[in-house]
Amino acid sequence: MVDLTVNRKRRRVRVPALKRLLDVLRDECELTGTKEGCGEGECGACTVLLNGRAVNSCLVPAIHAAGARVVTVEGLGSERRLSALQRAFVELGGAQCGICTPGMLISAYELIARSKRRVPSEDEVREALAGNLCRCTGYQKIVDAVRAAAGGGRTARGRPASRRARSLGGSPRSRPALFAAAPRKASPGGSPPSARSARRPRASRGGRS
Amino acid sequence: MKSALSQLEVVRPRTLAQALRALHEPAGERPIPLAGGTDLFVYLNAGTPIGRRFLDLWGLRELRGIRLGPTHATLGALTTFREIREHPGLRRRFPSLVAAASEIGAAQIQNRATLGGNIANASPAGDSLPVLMAHDAVVIARSTRGERAIAFAGLFRGYRDLALEPDELIAAVRLPFAPPGAFPFFRKVGTRRAQSISKVVFSGLIHTGRGGRADLVRLAWGSVAPVTLRAAEAERAILGHVPAAAVDAARAALARDIAPIDDIRSDRAYRMAVAGNVLAQFLRAAARR
Repeated sequence: MVDLTVNRKRRRVRVPALKRLLDVLRDECELTGTKEGCGEGECGACTVLLNGRAVNSCLVPAIHAAGARVVTVEGLGSERRLSALQRAFVELGGAQCGICTPGMLISAYELIARSKRRVPSEDEVREALAGNLCRCTGYQKIVDAVRAAAGGGRTARGRPASRRARSLGGSPRSRPALFAAAPRKASPGGSPPSARSARRPRASRGGRS
Repeated sequence: MKSALSQLEVVRPRTLAQALRALHEPAGERPIPLAGGTDLFVYLNAGTPIGRRFLDLWGLRELRGIRLGPTHATLGALTTFREIREHPGLRRRFPSLVAAASEIGAAQIQNRATLGGNIANASPAGDSLPVLMAHDAVVIARSTRGERAIAFAGLFRGYRDLALEPDELIAAVRLPFAPPGAFPFFRKVGTRRAQSISKVVFSGLIHTGRGGRADLVRLAWGSVAPVTLRAAEAERAILGHVPAAAVDAARAALARDIAPIDDIRSDRAYRMAVAGNVLAQFLRAAARR
């Protein structure tokens, strides 16, 4: 028997000790947003937050989630009410086929939460997402979306994303406690210094992935 | 997951003493220690038959924690690479270890993978291992018979063959501080910066004294031999010389120290050339600073 909290909801599941957290989420919790890609910790499609840290749920035994807080893509927002991060992915073309998207969102979420109110640099975003493979987008649009959601750029509709970052991970009231450090607003007086290079020309960016 | 879950059994000790007893007198097959699972679950998911009984260490507080003493740091075996990256004392004292921790897998792996696990997995491509070797690390092994300190230099007897008794558990790693003024270095060469298994991985430590001559040189390599190893001949070619002037001699000597192979990730000629380049890069970086 494993007790855990998934997207703020307490669950008790009867599973073999080494059942993968990925399978517990999909089978027992019926949360199929988390995908299995490679099944060996390479692609990041199954990324979830375990006590606030991004992990590959295909490599986590159920017993290591006992007593833990787990957040899946379903915990970031709902179909009717997307989080700012999810909206930025939609508006900036960060999602195409969608298989990598739940894991990308979770890794991006961990980075934004860890960065407090600072907008992570492009290099930081690329490093934080290095364990999430995408075969569609070429990554640039994902990087742009993450930085926009963190308040470091403008979304397609031309409004600063930071204004909408309040709903990142759900409304403040419904936001799990571990999201308390999530960014709210950019510093008054414009973007932080690190955001200034957000829209520099593509040509100056390296081809690193 | 291709392994039959119903056939797998997990022993879940509450204390280190219980864990050591489970290893010493197993009731049945000796259990395989399980830490962050980032290696073991790759096998289990693929259905590779590695064993049926596992010893879950994850909850053992005795195996956690990073402590900095006056002369060395002690890292519990369950220290994750994320914890290494974020530790201010380690960032100051062991920048090459922090650099290695930052390039192992990616964020998701670093959040789970442990230093003890990287040692126990004993892959010749283990990225933290050359750093530990260059720093003359000592592995603290525990068993029901007590504690034993194993010098890193004598830890790997052969390919994936550790100098550990079957009932011994890696409990901690002791890392002596480098002498003041020594220059630590880490370089991993893989297909890409993250999520790659090294083609060549290197960690060096060098100190220069009078006249800029090297009086301490440690060159530790991974992915170029069946085990992580020190390049003894190359070290001799540098000792007593000004590092930047010893590049050619050291490269020539290195070719006698290492024995890279052709495999799926790279080939012998490439690894030989890259290892020489990395060594040259290290020596020039040491001279520049």
